[in-house]
Amino acid sequence: MFEKALIGSKGYYTWVLFLLAMIGIGFACYLYQYNEGLGITGMNRDVSWGFYIAQFTFLVGVAASAVMLVLPYYLHDVQVFGKITILGEFLAIASVVMCILFVTVDVGYPNRLLNIILYPTPNSILFWDFIVLNGYLLLNLFIGWNVLTAERKAVAPPKWVKPLIYISIPWAISIHTVTAFLYAGMPGRHYWLTAIMAVRFLGSAFAAGPALLIILAMLVRRLTPFDAGQEALNKLRNIVTYAMLASIFFVLLELFTAYYSNIPGHKHPFTYLFVGLEGHGKYVIWTWISVVVGIASALLLILPMTRRKNAWLLAACIGVFGSLWIEKGLTLVVTGFVPNPLEHVVEYAPTVPEVFIALGVWATGFLVLTLLYKIALSVKLDPNSASVH
Amino acid sequence: MGMNRREFLRIAGIASLWGLGGKTAFEILKPGALEAQLRPPLMKAKKWAMVIDTRKFNAPEDFQKVIDACVKAHNIPKVANQRQEIKWIWKEKYENAFPDDLNQFLPEPVEQKFFLVMCNHCTNPPCVRVCPTKATFKRPDGIVMMDYHRCIGCRFCMAGCPYGSRSFNFRDPRRFLKEITNPDYPTRSKGVVEKCNFCEERLAKGQLPACVEASNGAMTFGDLDNPDSEVRKLLRENYSIRRKPNLGTQPNVYYLI
Repeated sequence: MFEKALIGSKGYYTWVLFLLAMIGIGFACYLYQYNEGLGITGMNRDVSWGFYIAQFTFLVGVAASAVMLVLPYYLHDVQVFGKITILGEFLAIASVVMCILFVTVDVGYPNRLLNIILYPTPNSILFWDFIVLNGYLLLNLFIGWNVLTAERKAVAPPKWVKPLIYISIPWAISIHTVTAFLYAGMPGRHYWLTAIMAVRFLGSAFAAGPALLIILAMLVRRLTPFDAGQEALNKLRNIVTYAMLASIFFVLLELFTAYYSNIPGHKHPFTYLFVGLEGHGKYVIWTWISVVVGIASALLLILPMTRRKNAWLLAACIGVFGSLWIEKGLTLVVTGFVPNPLEHVVEYAPTVPEVFIALGVWATGFLVLTLLYKIALSVKLDPNSASVH
Repeated sequence: MGMNRREFLRIAGIASLWGLGGKTAFEILKPGALEAQLRPPLMKAKKWAMVIDTRKFNAPEDFQKVIDACVKAHNIPKVANQRQEIKWIWKEKYENAFPDDLNQFLPEPVEQKFFLVMCNHCTNPPCVRVCPTKATFKRPDGIVMMDYHRCIGCRFCMAGCPYGSRSFNFRDPRRFLKEITNPDYPTRSKGVVEKCNFCEERLAKGQLPACVEASNGAMTFGDLDNPDSEVRKLLRENYSIRRKPNLGTQPNVYYLI
């Protein structure tokens, strides 16, 4: 089936070339980082994780959100998702690829990355994250590829795929839970030390991921004859709505605990985010954009007059995705380090090469996504493959 | 740390299977283990601890000579970008060293003065718990160690440490070293984490940590598990505090106020 990714329109080739160019620039910046060390990034002694780990965290959520298609389709027999489940699984693959790349570009000694398996350390959450992420990647590769091959041959997928699909459902939850545990078990990092971190992660993931899927499905509808179907989009929209409202609710819970308890350590990070702390407030503007856009998008998703129009739905999905990206892909990691354990406020902002490396990884993910979607849609639209369209 | 009879026999057995013999066999199968066995450490303790008498640290020189001794002993670079600097032992104000012990009104000397901070070699170290490669580990004698050759530079330990005691080599540290002040201690490479090691390399030679030696008796080092040790005597006779005791990490650096 790979050959289907090689034949396409002029627009397809231009897009692929653009992504390759972005990957090239990112790779060049990475070589610079590889030679110089992580000193070329904005990270420092106090904010020792930054943009890379934030992207990683956000994308684990996008990867996990494939379960929002798989679960209704396979457990509740929601037939409308049948056509697009593969799109969710392939989005998960592209996201996990980005996650693995973001961890790789973040470590100081990448040549030693295999030490994680050479010296397995079960008391480290990172060890488990390594296992669940790679496992999830393999699961989705096996499932997606076999289901698609079966569809092309107009036969039922092999029987052994079914158990893998069922395993992939709790597995998706596990990747984001384990990723939340990276943060939620750290003594002395008040912003992260919260029992609802994992559900907060899942809530925002199940809003941002399906929102991206809606955007992608609309894009596919414009660019190709493939139509996911309005009913599927509406179902996805409901998922985004509930998950987004849950996300907002979780943030309010955090704010209540911090400010009603009045414990300074718990208030500091939120104060830093919303109004700034001791004159430092690099992320205040971002936080408010996230809040305003997030609430506005939630309203667009709830109000009957907007939620039924696809143009508004698209706007709402872009808003949800952007708002949650700011929350998780920008401020979550940095704020955990503010103030530092010695109560000094040290700020962080990514540098130019750091941003280009990140863009290069995003481009790699989008290239993987483009190629996989191209293959999947070619199979679905091929009149010779007896697929359902 | 040592090798027991069972381990010795196991290695000897494997060695004879492979037709190896004598010392060579041990060097191949468990490098350094035999040497360590033959040379018992001169300084031994069940649990190393440090007591810092902050009443004896007043003038800036009192701090500087201690910090300099550490910098010299471990070839600590002076990194150009201050935000990415390497610090093993340094000074902080009371409100920063003990942010959980903050009374509105403190005695003036306490409020104005600086306090030395460093790795606490916690009894329950979160950094060891989070490290994915065991590059940071706890020795049976309590020292929290770094293996610079295993560290992958993920910096999980820096996020885990509630004392900010760990530094990361954001760039090649050798570039910032004007001279190697102690050829016996290795310089580090870029991309690995480092921190205070209670001068384990000096303890192995029967010497006290460099800072303790330079402190003129203001810092005391010894075995916390030995009731007759100097540190236990000081803790018995003086009121002491530790940094963030409420986190349950059980720091092994005590401060006499």
